[in-house]
Amino acid sequence: MIEIKNLYKTFQTGDGTVEALKDINLTINDGDIYGIIGMSGAGKSTLVRCINMLERPTGGSVEIDGKDIGKLSDSELRKVRRSVTMIFQGFNLLMQRTCLKNICFPLELAGINKKDAKKRALELLETVGLPDKANAYPAQLSGGQQQRIAIARALATNPKVLLCDEATSALDPKTTHAILELICEINEKLGITVIIITHQMSVVEAVCNRVAILDNGSVAEEGEVGVIFSNPQSHAAKRLVFPDGVSSLSAAKPGEQSVRIVFNGASAAGRPLISQMAIDIGVAANILAASTRTIGGKVYGSMLLGIAGGDECVTKTIDYLRSVPDVIAEEVTEDV
Amino acid sequence: MFNNLFAPEAVSEAVEILKTEFLMATWETLYITVAATVFSIILGLPLGILLVAGEKNGVFPLPKGLMHALGIIINLLRSVPFLILMIMVFPLTRLIIGTTVGTTASIVPLVIAAFPFVARLAESSLREVNPNIIEAAQSMGATPFQIIVKVMIPESVPSLISNMTIAITTILGYSAMSGIIGGGGLGKIAINYGYYRYKYLVMLAAVIILIVMVQIFQSVGTHLATKSDKRLKGRE
Repeated sequence: MIEIKNLYKTFQTGDGTVEALKDINLTINDGDIYGIIGMSGAGKSTLVRCINMLERPTGGSVEIDGKDIGKLSDSELRKVRRSVTMIFQGFNLLMQRTCLKNICFPLELAGINKKDAKKRALELLETVGLPDKANAYPAQLSGGQQQRIAIARALATNPKVLLCDEATSALDPKTTHAILELICEINEKLGITVIIITHQMSVVEAVCNRVAILDNGSVAEEGEVGVIFSNPQSHAAKRLVFPDGVSSLSAAKPGEQSVRIVFNGASAAGRPLISQMAIDIGVAANILAASTRTIGGKVYGSMLLGIAGGDECVTKTIDYLRSVPDVIAEEVTEDV
Repeated sequence: MFNNLFAPEAVSEAVEILKTEFLMATWETLYITVAATVFSIILGLPLGILLVAGEKNGVFPLPKGLMHALGIIINLLRSVPFLILMIMVFPLTRLIIGTTVGTTASIVPLVIAAFPFVARLAESSLREVNPNIIEAAQSMGATPFQIIVKVMIPESVPSLISNMTIAITTILGYSAMSGIIGGGGLGKIAINYGYYRYKYLVMLAAVIILIVMVQIFQSVGTHLATKSDKRLKGRE
């Protein structure tokens, strides 16, 4: 279990101090695939680097299995880093070493003899699906293949936690999917806790069970992925769920009022809810914006409707929609 | 100056000198150059590593004052003209070699002049290493020493070879200059015959041999640098 408590990080720059992280409190349980999502500059990379002390926090603590790793000596910290490994956006492989030697590298650092290291590296090449690339150099591989080698390298020391710093941001969608599948497989088969830093909603949606939304150095929202995405509360979360910036008031036509519907795991997939509503209660809704996703056969997300005909129609609409299971409806009077 | 450069008597004289002295002189130049380069690398490479690793954000930060002093010493040594430096290090040369004239004696001033240069070249090579790769090594629990030996140096080998090629060709040029104050090799021949005795054809021959040597060093260096760079291996 990783517990981040009251974590602060400030940087001194020429223009004064920058508060990169402000009072971060997170608990990541063993076996989680935990997403930390935020816009550029939200502090994600700094936060993940505080988990293995590549960045020293200015205040607060990071405890791994009850041990405050900020208080460890350099050599103790180096041992911890063998059990909390990391993969990167730019893969960061040693370009002058073969793939096999790259995977051997952390074992070499740990003082494991060459024969055992090679044996382990060959096993890991199998795990990541590149058994024929042992003697290839990183420059000869595609981005996806390089990330696989980096994953193998990260697994070499039998870690408990794998930190992924924008690990799929440099990859195309298809390769991203394949790498995420591999990460899921590692999480399931090896029981490794995974922390994924990303700015891509799709990544969190595809693999994470929990998510923290980081905004301007603070945690805006934290919880189960389904819950957060279906009904984002914070401004930052809404901005991520509706990247196009849904603005209800500007989208609604004059004389229309806005109603937001939230699908919180409704099994209404495929049911023509809005058309049915027009038939049942005679309210014709104007769909202003919609962002829904199907996760595990259930619908999550939200929709913004423009309703003409004044308060009476709005009330009727809301009452009707609320009668549908797992659907929340509310009138919106301010910008989302 | 170059009138009658190829007059029959000048040619026969030059051929005679070529036969009797050039083989030895070429060997001496090669010996001085290689020896001075080796010693310059022995002194300069660790210094270059220190300059990069010891920085504030380096893998092994050293006190700011020390880094500052190192920088000043290197710049100071590099700014003294080689001819003057050679004379200034006479006492050191005498201490190490026992004399200030001759082939071996000229290695000392060459090393003193070249090692700060080598340090700067090594510094620039090591700075080319992707800092993200160093961070990755840190995330795996590498010690500063391991990062230097297993990441920074191996990753910059192609660039180090290119830069050391620049060093050896520069040292070759300097070695010819040491001929003026009693150093050996092709420089001595060029100055003794060409400058003092007006045998310009001999001087020209010495210069041509120096040019050929530079060409060989450069070609071999470039070839090795390219061959050693695994980033240049194409995708299969």
